[in-house]
Amino acid sequence: MTINEQQEELIENFELFDDWEEKYEYIIDLGKKLPGLADEFKTEDNIIKGCQSLVWLNAKFEDGNVVFEADSQAIIVKGLVNMLLQVLSDHTPQEILDADLYFIDRIGLTSHLAQTRSNGLASMVKQMKTYALAYQSLGK
Amino acid sequence: MELDIHTIRKDFPILEETVGGKKLVYFDNAATTQKPKIVIDAITDYYSAYNANIHRGIHHLAEKATAAFEDTRKTVKTFLNAASTEEIIFTYGTTDSINLVANTFGKKFIGEGDEIIISTLEHHSNIVPWQMLCEEKGAILKVIPINEDGELLMDEYKNLLSDKTKLVSVVHVSNALGTINPIKSIIDEAHKVGAKVLIDGAQASSHINIDVQDLDVDFYALSAHKLFGPTGVGILYGKKDLLLAMPPYRGGGEMIKEVTFEKTTYADLPYKFEAGTPNIADVMAFKFAIDYINTIGKENIAEHENQLLEYATEKLEEIPGLKIIGKAKEKVSVISFVLENIHPQDIGIILDQQGIAIRTGHHCTQPLMQRFNIPGTARASFSVYNTFEEVDSLIAGIKKVQKLLS
Repeated sequence: MTINEQQEELIENFELFDDWEEKYEYIIDLGKKLPGLADEFKTEDNIIKGCQSLVWLNAKFEDGNVVFEADSQAIIVKGLVNMLLQVLSDHTPQEILDADLYFIDRIGLTSHLAQTRSNGLASMVKQMKTYALAYQSLGK
Repeated sequence: MELDIHTIRKDFPILEETVGGKKLVYFDNAATTQKPKIVIDAITDYYSAYNANIHRGIHHLAEKATAAFEDTRKTVKTFLNAASTEEIIFTYGTTDSINLVANTFGKKFIGEGDEIIISTLEHHSNIVPWQMLCEEKGAILKVIPINEDGELLMDEYKNLLSDKTKLVSVVHVSNALGTINPIKSIIDEAHKVGAKVLIDGAQASSHINIDVQDLDVDFYALSAHKLFGPTGVGILYGKKDLLLAMPPYRGGGEMIKEVTFEKTTYADLPYKFEAGTPNIADVMAFKFAIDYINTIGKENIAEHENQLLEYATEKLEEIPGLKIIGKAKEKVSVISFVLENIHPQDIGIILDQQGIAIRTGHHCTQPLMQRFNIPGTARASFSVYNTFEEVDSLIAGIKKVQKLLS
C-alpha cells in the first residue's frame, strides 16, 4: 500500500466512530497491539525529545526501505505512534521524505500531534524524516 | 463564612466555556488561575482610556497611568504587610524575581565556598538560577531532603546550616504536591547562622496570608497570574537595607538618576530594579485582582478550597489503584496522584476529552519526581470558583480513564 492509501484507510476507519470514546478505544487498542521495542533499543539516543512521555524510535534499512520500530510509556501515544508507523514504515527514503501527513488533521487528532512541549509527536515525524534523509544519502 | 460559589463563578467569564461540547471543569489552578471580569475590564479600560508611558510624562494621561501603576504598588505593600512601597519591586514573574536576587544579591554577597540551601520540593525556577550562580562563583548548593509524605526534614535542614550558609531559598508551598512548608522556622533557623532567606511564594500567595514583617523574611517572590491577576507581572519583596546594598539588575531607562558617558548614578528604590518600560497595563490590573481577593477574604477562599481538598482526597482514596503523591499534614488545594499501570499523560488526554483540565507531567520539578521514582503525576488543583459537583466529575472522569485503559 502507498503512504496515501494507508492514510485513506485510517481516515475511513475513524469515520466509523460516533464519539470520542470509540475513537480512543481504537487508539488504545492500536497502542496495545504495537510490539514495542526491546530494552536494548530503548537508549538515550533513540528518545524523541519534546514528548511528555518517553518515546523511543529505532530505524533500520531493509531492501531499500526504511523500517521503523517504536515504543512509548503512554498507551495513547503508543497508539498514535502505531498509526505513524503504519503510514510511514517500510517505504523508500524518498517516499517518506515526500509524504504529506494529512491524516492527522482529517481524523481530528491534531491537538495530540501539535508541536507543544507536552505532545511532541511532531518531533517524531521529523525524526522519521531525518532517518529517511540519512538512509537516502547512504544509498547514493 | 459560607461563600456563594455560584455567584463567584459568574465573575469569571471563561468558566462558561465548553470543551468539545462539554462544560469546562478547570482544575489547573496551580498552573494559573482564571481572571475575574474586573481584571479583564481593567486591562481594556487602560488601553482604551489612559494608555501612556509612566513616571516621566507631565501630561494628563501619563499622570493617570503613573498613579494607577503606583496604586498597585501600594496595594501589594498592604497585601504583604511590607514596611514601605520601596520594598515592592515589579518583575515579570516569580522566576524573574528569583533571577533578580541571584544576579544582584548573589553577585555581591555569595563567593567561593559559600553555601546556598534549597529543598527537594523546588520548582526548576528555584533551582537553576542558583546552580548557575554556584557555577559562576564556585559556591555550593545543598538540598533539604523530604519524607515519603512530601514534608521537609527539618532536622536535616538544621544540620545543613552553618556559617558557610549565605542564602536559604525555599518554596512556601510545593506546586507539585501542595505541601505547606514551615517557613517561619526555616527563616528563624537561617537567621541564627546569619544567612538570608528567599521564599518562593508563587503557589502560596493565593491561599495563605503573608505578612513579610512577621515572618522577618528577607525576600519574598510571587506571580500575579496565580492570584487571579494577569501574566507577565511578578513581585519581589525585599528588605530595604538589603535592596539598598544590592547592585542594580538590568541597566536602562527608569533605573537611573543621572547618566553621563563617564558614570551613571542609579535611581532610588524601588526604581533601581525596574529598568525599561514595565508591563503597565497588567501591573495596573493586578490591583483589581488583589482587591477581588480582599473582597471575598483570603480566609474564606482558603476555607472553601480546603473543603474541596478534603472532599476530593476522600473520594480519590476510594478509587482502587490510585495513589496520592504528597500527603503532608499541612497542604493547600493541590492533589497529585498516579494510577497503577497508567501513564499520567494518558490520564490527562482522557480527562481532557471529558472537558476536565488537569496538569500531567513533572510540573517543572524533575528532581522531586526522581525522589518518588515516578515519571510524573496527574495534578488537580482547586480554586475558589470550583465546586463539589466538579470534583464528582473528576472522580467519574478518572473511573472512565481506568475503564478505557485497563
